Amino acid sequence: MKKIILALFSLLLLVAAAQASDPTAVALLASVKKKYDLVNDYSARARLVTNVIFIKAPVSQVTVYYRKPDQLLVKNEKGISFIPKGTVHINMNNVLGLTNFEAVLSGTETVDGVLCTVVKIFPLSEEESITRATLYIDPTQLLVRRSVVSTKESGTYSIKMKYGSYSWCGLPSEVAMEFNTRDYKLPKGTTLDYDNGTPKASGLPQKGKVLIQYQAYTLNKGLPASLFR
Amino acid sequence: MMFFEVLRIELFKIFRRPRTFIAFGAIALIILLIQFALKVNGNEFILFFTDSQTDTFEIPFGGILNGYFVCVAVLHIILVHVPLLVALIAGDMIAGEANSGTLRMLATKSVTRTELVLAKFAASAVYVILLLLWMALFALVGSLLLFGANDLVVFKETDLHIISNTDVVWRFIAAFFFAALALIMIAALSVFLSVFAENSLGPIVATVCIVIVFTILQQLKVPVFEQTINPWSFTTHMLGWKGFFYVEKSADGVTIPGSIENPIALVKSGAILLGYITLFISAAVWAFRKKDILS
Repeated sequence: MKKIILALFSLLLLVAAAQASDPTAVALLASVKKKYDLVNDYSARARLVTNVIFIKAPVSQVTVYYRKPDQLLVKNEKGISFIPKGTVHINMNNVLGLTNFEAVLSGTETVDGVLCTVVKIFPLSEEESITRATLYIDPTQLLVRRSVVSTKESGTYSIKMKYGSYSWCGLPSEVAMEFNTRDYKLPKGTTLDYDNGTPKASGLPQKGKVLIQYQAYTLNKGLPASLFR
Repeated sequence: MMFFEVLRIELFKIFRRPRTFIAFGAIALIILLIQFALKVNGNEFILFFTDSQTDTFEIPFGGILNGYFVCVAVLHIILVHVPLLVALIAGDMIAGEANSGTLRMLATKSVTRTELVLAKFAASAVYVILLLLWMALFALVGSLLLFGANDLVVFKETDLHIISNTDVVWRFIAAFFFAALALIMIAALSVFLSVFAENSLGPIVATVCIVIVFTILQQLKVPVFEQTINPWSFTTHMLGWKGFFYVEKSADGVTIPGSIENPIALVKSGAILLGYITLFISAAVWAFRKKDILS
């Protein structure tokens, strides 16, 4: 019996040791953060494409506003867009700005033909909305190529980034985000739809996608906090 | 030539009656009340449709609540009830003459009975078109003045469509044309029923009852009616105006400008409504020609 308890205790110790932050992972994250810290704020014109099973929307011209450390706003200046609340996670400082966390290396993986180091991050504070994040970091250019962020309330966001002329400060040229959607169904008879024979959407929760293609950035010109209220 | 003379007289008779303007007044009042309600509690109205998505999406309440959206909401609420207003006039066209004892006199004039029925039906159709133009003035122009323009969001039972504001106006024009076709069909039904009655109450009530019965069958959404009656029911196809606000999307989920979701269905609905108009008016002409006019 004692042996079993000892074995279990040893196993727990091992798990705890494995969970502790890996200095290499922490150092890699620090290097990446240094690069991202070059940007205090930006505004960017972008093209937004929403692909959600129950939404039919035109391509929108939006402006993305960011202010350090974690304020992000996507605004459709001329039309209407249903912008996922998780869009805030396209700002990598949401993860890189964590102070109380454990990080471990989790091997390597290729993202868009680039060999990336996979770093898993576990926030330790109960107050963080993020429960876990996995970053796929390009160790040569110190860029996050992909991230998977799990949140307490709104599920998991999988974000892929492509870089262009602003890669020197970690700003992407294209962001593709996948997220969980809730089912959309109104009570029967409330809309009295015209039945044109088109099969109805299933109404079940599915993955939604948002693609943001950046066209022009304006960096570090100062943005008022009131903009994000 | 005689036809247009009779039509002119019929229009004169319609617009000489004060009750004709009750419909215009009622429509203006209802639209103003809806616009006022949406101006005050528009966000709550939108929340009813978007409540399940507030955790996932930022809901652009201010953007959604614009003139186009309000106009669609107004049409959605009142077009279901307009058949009553149409029946009020069209149901009176022949039965009203019989009731007041002028039908026999009218039939002795140098106009064929066919021309008489067609002129009375055409006068009802003109009334319908004027009623819709009045509605368009208040619902579309009024709402745009009160709420401004933006993209149009259309909420359906299982999905929602966002239409760019540059792609909206022609849809309203088409929808009003289609609504006119649907209401002219109601006028044809009323005129047909009017042939058999000696007072106008009968055809008016009968028209309204028929519309109510078929609307209920449609709303029940049970297979036994969905597969048998509803595909051919005129109330199903009268909703076709909404079809102009359902857009098609590409494989990556983007709406295709200028597109309509399954336009063939709209053509079919339009053809069925035209078929009903032809059927009711032909039957009305046939019955009126055979009718033994005693009053």
